[in-house]
This record gives sequence, structure tokens and C-alpha cells, in this order.
Amino acid sequence: MDANGWFQIWSFAAIVLAFAFPVGLWLHRVMEEHDAPVGGALRRAEVLGYRLIGVDPSREMSFREYTGSVLTFSAVGLIFTFVVLRFQSHLPFNPQGFGDLSWHLALNTAVSFTTNTNWQSYAGESTLSYFSQAVGLVFHNFTSAAVGLAVAMAVARGLTRVDRAGTLGNFWRDLLRAHLYVFLPLSFVYALVLVTGGTPQTWSAYVHARTLEGADQLLAVGPVASQVAIKMLGTNGGGFFNANAAHPFEDPSPWINLVQMVSIFLIPAGLVHTYGRMSRNVKNGYAILGSMFGLFLVLTGACYAAEAGWLGGLGNWEGKESRFGMAASSLFAGVTTSASCGAVNGMHDSFTPLGGLIPAVNILLGEVVFGGVGAGLYGVLVMVVLSVFLAGLMVGRTPELLGKKIEVREMTLAAVYILVFPIFVLIPAGSASVADWGVSSLNNAGPHGWTELLYAFTSATGNNGSAFAGLNANTPWYDTLLAISMFFGRFAMMVPALAIAGNLAAKRAVAPGPGTFPTDGALFTGLLASVIVIVGALTFFPVLALGPIAEHVSLATRY
Amino acid sequence: MSKPPPQSMFAAELVRPAVRDAFVKLDPRVQARNPVMFVTFVGALLTSVLAGLHLNGFAAAVSVWLWFTVLFANFAEALAEGRGKAQAATLRKMRSDVSARRLVDGKEDRVPSGQLRKGDLVVCEAGDPIPADGDIVEGVASVDESAVTGESAPVVREAGGDRSAVTGGTRVLSDRVVIKVAADPGEGFLDRMISLVEGAERRKTPNELALHILLVALTLVFLLAVVTLMPTAAYAGLHLDVSIAVALLVCLIPTTIGGLLSAIGIAGMDRLIRKNVLALSGRAVEAAGDVDVLLLDKTGTITLGNRMATEFIPAPGVTAEALADAAQLASIADDTPEGRSIAVLAKTFGYRARDVEPAHVTFVPFTAATRMSGCDWHGRQLRKGAADAVRRHVLALGGGVPQAVDAAVNAVGDLGGTPLVVADDARILGVIRLTDVVKGGIRERFERFRAMGIRTVMITGDNPRTAAVIAREAGVDDFIAEATPEMKLARIRDEQGKGHMVAMTGDGTNDAPALAQADVGVAMGTGTQAAREAGNMVDLDSNPTKLLEVVEVGKQLLMTRGTLTTFSVANDVSKYFAILPALFVTVFPGMAALNVMRLATPQSAILSAVIFNAVIIVVLIPLALRGVAYRALGAPALLRRNVLVYGVGGLVAPFIGIKLVDLCLVTLGLV
Repeated sequence: MDANGWFQIWSFAAIVLAFAFPVGLWLHRVMEEHDAPVGGALRRAEVLGYRLIGVDPSREMSFREYTGSVLTFSAVGLIFTFVVLRFQSHLPFNPQGFGDLSWHLALNTAVSFTTNTNWQSYAGESTLSYFSQAVGLVFHNFTSAAVGLAVAMAVARGLTRVDRAGTLGNFWRDLLRAHLYVFLPLSFVYALVLVTGGTPQTWSAYVHARTLEGADQLLAVGPVASQVAIKMLGTNGGGFFNANAAHPFEDPSPWINLVQMVSIFLIPAGLVHTYGRMSRNVKNGYAILGSMFGLFLVLTGACYAAEAGWLGGLGNWEGKESRFGMAASSLFAGVTTSASCGAVNGMHDSFTPLGGLIPAVNILLGEVVFGGVGAGLYGVLVMVVLSVFLAGLMVGRTPELLGKKIEVREMTLAAVYILVFPIFVLIPAGSASVADWGVSSLNNAGPHGWTELLYAFTSATGNNGSAFAGLNANTPWYDTLLAISMFFGRFAMMVPALAIAGNLAAKRAVAPGPGTFPTDGALFTGLLASVIVIVGALTFFPVLALGPIAEHVSLATRY
Repeated sequence: MSKPPPQSMFAAELVRPAVRDAFVKLDPRVQARNPVMFVTFVGALLTSVLAGLHLNGFAAAVSVWLWFTVLFANFAEALAEGRGKAQAATLRKMRSDVSARRLVDGKEDRVPSGQLRKGDLVVCEAGDPIPADGDIVEGVASVDESAVTGESAPVVREAGGDRSAVTGGTRVLSDRVVIKVAADPGEGFLDRMISLVEGAERRKTPNELALHILLVALTLVFLLAVVTLMPTAAYAGLHLDVSIAVALLVCLIPTTIGGLLSAIGIAGMDRLIRKNVLALSGRAVEAAGDVDVLLLDKTGTITLGNRMATEFIPAPGVTAEALADAAQLASIADDTPEGRSIAVLAKTFGYRARDVEPAHVTFVPFTAATRMSGCDWHGRQLRKGAADAVRRHVLALGGGVPQAVDAAVNAVGDLGGTPLVVADDARILGVIRLTDVVKGGIRERFERFRAMGIRTVMITGDNPRTAAVIAREAGVDDFIAEATPEMKLARIRDEQGKGHMVAMTGDGTNDAPALAQADVGVAMGTGTQAAREAGNMVDLDSNPTKLLEVVEVGKQLLMTRGTLTTFSVANDVSKYFAILPALFVTVFPGMAALNVMRLATPQSAILSAVIFNAVIIVVLIPLALRGVAYRALGAPALLRRNVLVYGVGGLVAPFIGIKLVDLCLVTLGLV
């Protein structure tokens, strides 16, 4: 631990905070205003897009319609990818002659990309044809992020609208605008920035090089910058290279490393500000951002302290991105797991037990500390609903959020939401821990093996996609169970959030007064953070005790 | 604020039946209604069976304390129900079938009251019990309503107007009336009251249900956490005993709030009943906590019912004594409270009540036509009355009105008073100032409400000038002058349209629409049938000030739920620190470091947590029944306070509690 390390962590937070405001404004303008603020070609493309898919963008959708559209769109993408992967040997652009994927790997991969998880049970270079990569998978990087953004906007609308019409916007309009005005232009500019930093962007062949020792080396290149841009912006996390951001071409310099970390938080943090504006009180957004930053800094700080403080301050350098240092690796781990991104520049498996506990906890908190694009906002809004429920009771009123009463239906839906993580993490992980199919995939025994196992299902349910490594997940059992966790971790949380919004959109908003509990102050920031911790941490404390904590106390007694 | 009579919550006559009921409620069908306690119940059964099968003393100890947990929760509920049950028993005695004198085509026949139907006419004479709810259609009678209201003074009920409603079970004390029955048997006010106080009709209120769902979700979450811990522990090489797993589960699920939730709701209704307010639905009590606009009638709520004479303003050339003397004589036969207050004020000038010789005095009573009253005293015409009436009177007698008197009349009106002018024959002596007297303490009360974010709106028939003065004096936020019932209704709709929750009181039939429209409508017990049906609460004392207490009870009810939920959940942290090291220390000796409480043995750690978990329910019963201390603070201050006391307290308290239980177990040599 040193001042430089802490400085990096704090200055990173300051940069994200500075960006959240303009990005939030931008998102509000492009997603909420009737006419998109950008003229010219983009506007023409938007109009053309509506005509192509045959929708009237001004037609408002109810909760049912909006959800139906989201699910239909996602299902079509999922099935398409599954078919492409399952039958890739019959499809073009397969010069290496890779065979069809097994049903379970095809399923796992299709679900993984549809749900914005980008968990990879395969090694891309030796499994997927160019066609599968380019046609089957790449578009999900954009669409899954855009779907998340659209749903977050719909949920925010439901909470903040006061017209009692019960509508949430138009999904197709949200989807199209998210692409046209957010992800495409941003990733284009971002890719150029990466190129100037040294990330390759080329269609030419791999480069032959002769090293100083005189050995021949084949350097893999390709359209790296464009993939890195969207994997970060869209919190996808699937890298171009297997080593992900630990590869020097993906992450060539400390500055690019910083840009990448900021870009992961860019939209999730900005969206919170957008919500604040939509609620007609930007402080509502600041209060939520406060909880997010608070939890993020505490957890990331703990991770850095655990890593750098290892063995009396000697530090644990195993698995770190040694070019950038201990703090940058800890910070990257914190960012990528709290934002449901999953790109990595260090190996979480090699972290100290407590340092490795932090990425797992980040995900188990429900991916609401910034969280994935969109998913973070609608997730944290469900936590806000739970927080105002308790807070409202404690000030002697039936609970309300932005003046709308939180009643039986909202609580039922929130209950479904909070049950998703325990169900889809604990049941499969618990079953795997005592089954032959489960244990035989583990490389490590004891608490560390359990941590790897737990982390896999945590990462899947949280739609994170990062792996703790050490687990051979490409088996029928793991592929299928992880696919189930990814699927429900996405949609079983998205639909209740939308349903809560649909309910609240139709409700009368009562006027705020001194007796109403304010959701725009430091008090609420603290309360929201506590609720997030209680919902996330209390449930998983026993299983974490058997994993990282057991490992830690065992190591601590040994050293 | 009137405090309920000091009746001990733990009086023996309430505790004894509650203990018995705690066992009766072990019926699985009763337990199944509360999923949190049902899980505990099943856990207790399971550990009992296991203890029996394996003859395991530790499992037996755990199961005993799990049974206690269930019993304690049952006891809390039974205790809360107890007072209502006792009250219902008294009420039921009065409902006993009486014989009624039914009028059919002008002829009386005697039928049991159970056979009376809506629309039947019955006759009641002095001494008769009133057989059913209804309205007097003929006659006037004094009625003893103490059975329903607890108020021993009889009240007058008469045909027509707003005093026509009578309640079955009360008794006619004088005269004869004909009553039109307004409720079929079993649907009368007394029947509703019995089922309300007894809790027979008790359904979960909306907010209670919402909280319940949260508790069920938490229970399921912890059920998943504990069930999946068993294979996980097996992977780690640890055989997790089922009874220990059950102990962990029961400690983690929110048994504290789960066990007390229904008691809190029943106690909230009971607190209202003890204030003699009947909430016709639990939803109304919850809504009372949300109210942020109170519509209050001026007379009787904000001011004392009557105006009082507060000052004599003599005309030029007249002494105050002369004015007081004339005023007293003019009021000598005036029995109205105003008239008496004039006599009382005159006494301060030294005039005692005089012996009035009827021979020399003729009393002139107040009439709507003259709008004056007074007397002819030894040939002098002494009059007092409204300014314009007296002016006409003296002008007719050839007198005049001094400018100063006109000015005084206007000045009194400007300050919210009512001027009465006194004349001695054609000469005007001066002006009496009658003022509305604002009830003591009402201003402070409104200030407290303002701090809580509740606005008060005064409703009065007075002119705007007078209304403004009283409004200022009483400290209300707004007023409606020259109000009509339609204006009340319009105002309620308007406030609701702006997103406010409105409460009001009313008693007349023309109040009924507004009572029905208000979120909380408190009908006076003396009010008409229509008003009582339109409101969602009935105040048996017919005291409009009660509205303020109703709001406080509503808030207290919600706060008690919230704080105990927070406390219950916060408790889990310490239980983890007690139980988890105890579970895992055999496999991972390093886990001993997590045993921050330094509990003696793994067994005593688990047992201590289970015992604490059970005992805390009993400890919190008084809080659940009484409600958390209510303070009129703004929401942020209130929340900060409650988070500190129940959140942080809930985090810390069990660390101390579990350690104490552990020390006891060790001292007693039980572990």
C-alpha cells in the first residue's frame, strides 16, 4: 500500500464522477426528448430505421407490451446465435474447418452473449469460425447493452412519470436510439482513441516478428480496438484476446488502462444522473451515486489493502498486471466486477483470499454498484424501492417513492427480484459441490476450489462473465446450469423491475412534504448502501465463510 | 393529550388467558397463516423428532427453545387480542335478544329483536332498550348511550335533523319515540363493533401484507442459504447436523418482527379503541399515518363551543360600570352561554346577581325577528343585540348612534370578535366584545403537526375577516370562511388532486359526502346514521380534537413495524458471528478468530443465539403493544433517530445479549 496507489483509486473515482454529469445529460437528451437532438445523417438513419422495422416511435407501450418486445427481441437473437453455432460447419467463412458446437456449448454461448454476460466456456481461436464470431456473436455486444439501456430508461420512466397513463415508452425507439446515438458513435470515437494509444485495428494478417534472442514469433493482430471499445462501453467484457485486458495489445499503456476503466463506468454512472433528471430532482441521482461510490471505494480499497498488504506489506504480485502496478490491478478488478463487465487485467484466482473475496462480493451485491449498462440502474432502483419501504415505515408513513405508494404488488415483485440471486447462485453451486460432475471440473480442492465454483455461478447470475479460472466449465452440466443462471439472472430480474415500473407508472403521486422521507440526501445514501449490503451480503455470508474466509483464516494460521 | 387509563398491559387477567391461547395457537392451521413462524414451527417439530430419535441432549435443548420461540410469538398475539376480547364480551352481553315493540299499520306487536328487518318501525318508551340501529322518526327522548360510548350522561335524540340516530343496545330513559330500523340483525353498529374489537374480521391490512411479503422473501432467502450450506459444508468435509442447521435458520429468519407483526396491528387498533375511536378498517388506521391535511371545524375543535364576553367598551360619556350594570340586567334572564359569560364579566365590576322582583321586570327573550334580548326594568327598556338591530331599535325610539360606537363595533369585528350593542331606552351605552376562545394548547399542537408536515385547514361559517383573526390566533395554516358542506367536499377533492391525503371530522348528514371522500373520515358517534356510514372511523366520544390522536396512532403503528423489522434484520449480523465460527471451527481452526464474543463452546454459542432469539420476542412485547415512542419531528430527524436506536441498536444489542446468555449457561454449568 502506498500513497500512489490510493491516489490512483481516488483520482479514478473523481474522473468517473466528472464524466457522470455530461454523460447523464447526453443520455437524457437522446433517450427522453421527443426529437433526437442530432440532425443530419443520424436523424435520417433513425427515421429510416423506424420505417424498416415498421413501428411508430411515438406509440407508448404498457408494461406488458414493452416486456413482450424485450423478450421477443432477445429470444430471436438467442435462437439465431444458437443455430449459427450449432451448424457452423455448414456455414461459410470457416477456413479452419471447425466443427459444429455441442448443443450445450452452443446454448451456453448464445445465452451468454444475449444476456450481456460474455462468459466464455470455449477458446475462441480453436472453436469458432469467422462467420460464427462476426455474424453470430459480435452484434450482441451492441444489442444486449442497448436492451439494458432501454429497459433502464423504461423503469426510470415508470417511477418518475406522473401522468398515470401506466406506459413506459417505446422499446423499438429506445433500442434504435441507444444504438444510433450512444453505442455506435461512442465506440467509434473510443476505438480511435485506443488506436492512438497503440491498440491494433487491422484486417491484415498476423505479424511475423524476430525477437532479440533471434526466435520467430507470430503476433496476433486484428480489429482489436473496435472490439475493446464496445466490450467496455457495453459492459460486455468479452475480449479480443484470450488474455483479455492483460494482453498488451488490448491494454497497451497505463493511460489506456485508465481510459478503459473509466469507460466501463461511463454509462452506468451517467444513467444514474439521467434518472435524477427524470425524477425532476437531480439530487435523487446524486444520492444513489453516493451509495455506489461509497460501496465501490470501500470494497476496492479493501481489495487493494488485502493485495498490497499481503505478507506484511510485501504484496501479492501473483496474477497482477505488473506493468501498471498493484493498485491498478485491484482497481480494475473492482471496476470490472462491480459494473458487470467481466473484462480482466489480472487473474482473480491468484488474488489473496480476501482480495479475491471482493470481486465475488461485488457481484453478489446484485451488480447494482454501477452495474451493467442499464441493469445497474434498474437493479439499484429495485433496491431503492426496498429502502424507501423500510424508511417510510420508520417515519410513520406508508412507504412511497417519488410520491407513489409502495404496496403489496411492488413488494411482491421486489421479493421475486431479490430471490433470483440466492436461487441461481446457491442451488447450482451447492449441488455442484457434492456431485461428481461438479467436483471433477475443479482444479483446486478445499476452500479455494469452492470459491472457484461459487464464483462461476455468481458471475453467471450477475451477468458479469469474468471467471475466477481454475474451473473447466465446458461440460454438459456446467454449460447448461450456467446458461440457466445467466438467463434467469438477466430476465428474472429485468421483468420484475419492469413490472414494478409499470405499476408505479399508473399510480397517483402524492405531494412531498416535511413528513415525507426525502430520497435526495446523505441519509438516504447511507440507508440505500446498507440495504444493498444486507440484501447481498447477509445471504451469502455462510458460503463465503466456507470459501475465501476459510481460506484466509487457514492461511493466516499457517503464515 | 388525553392518556388512556393506566391499565397494565400485563395484568393477570389478561396474561392468564393469553398463556393458554399461546398453546391453543400451536394448531398448524393457525401457524400456517404466518410463514415466518411456520418455518420456526416446522423447525421445532423437526428438532424434537431428531432429539427423540438420537437421544441427543443438545438437539433437545435447541428444540425446547424453538418451541419457546413459537410460543412467545403466540403469546404476544394472544395478549394483544386479549383486551379486545374482554371488551367484546361486555358488548355481547348488551346485544342479547330483547323483545321489541314493532309497529305494523299503527298496531304494536311484540317480536324478538332478532326478527327486525331494515325499514321496520318500533316503539320505545322510557326504560326500553333500543332493539336495533335506526333513526327516530317521531318524538324526542333522552337516551343512555353509555354502553357504546362509555359516557354516562344521557344524550337527547330527536326526530329529524342531525340528532336522530340511535344505536341498538342503548336504552331510552325518558319519553316515547318511534324508530325506523336501519340495519338487519347482525349488521348493526354494535355487531360491527364487537367483531372489530374482537379481531374476528381482522384481515391483514395492505401495508401489513406488503411487509409480510418482504418477510416471506427474507425467510425464503435464508432457507436457501441454509439448505445449500449443507452440501457446501459436506464438500468442505464437515457434517452439518440438521438440528444445528435448523437453529441457524431460525436465528436468521426475521422471527422477531414475524412473531410480533400481528400483535403490532392488533395493538394499534386497540390503542384507537381505548381512545374510543372505532376504525372500521385497518386500512384507515394506516391511511391516518399518511394524512398531511387536516380539515377541522372551528367550533368545538379549535375554539370552545361558545363565545365569551371579554370586554365592555362604553360609549362616550358612559362609565364602564354603567355599561356593565345595564349589560348584566339585559342578560339576567339570558340562559345562553354568551349571556352567562356577560354576567360573569360584569361581576368583575362588583355587581352581584340581583334579586329580581317579577313585579318590576318583564323579560324580553331573543327572537329571530328582533335579534335582541333584554328586559324592561322599572320602565327602562334594557336591550342588547346585534349592532344593526339595536340601531334600528334606538332610531325608532328617537335616539342616535354615536360615531365612536360605530367605530367600536367595526373594531371588534375586525379583531375576530362579535360586537353586541347595549341600549338603555333610546340611549346607546356601549359595546360588549364577544370573542371566540381558542382552546388551550391547540396552537402548540398545530405547531407539532406542522413539524410533521401536516397542514391544518380551519372550516368556519364566520365571515372571512373574523375567520382570519381566529386562524391567526389558533395558528392554522389556512381557513375556509363562510363554508358550506359543498365547499368542504370541493376542498377535499382539490387537495387530493394535488396529491395530499386528507382527514376530516363530521357529524351531519350533509357532511356524509365529504366524509366518504376524505382519506380518513372520522364520524362523530352522536352523528347521523348517514355520517357514521360514510366515514371510515367513528369517534364514540364525539370529540373532534381526537383527529389529532388518530393521526398519531396511525404513524406510531407504521413506525413500530418499521423499527422492529430493522431491528430484526440487524440482529442477523451478530448471530452469524455466534454460529458460523461454532459450525466451522472443527474443520477450519482459524475460524476461532471470528468468535468475537468469545463464546465458551460451539454448543453454547449456538444455544445462546437461539435463546436470545426467543427471549428478545418477549422483551419486545411491551414495545410492540405500546408502539414506539412517538415524536413530532420531521421525517429526516425521525429516521435518523430510529435508524440509530433500532438499526445500530439492533446491530449491537444481540452481541451483548448473546454473550450474557452464554455467561449464564456457563455459570449454570449447562454447557
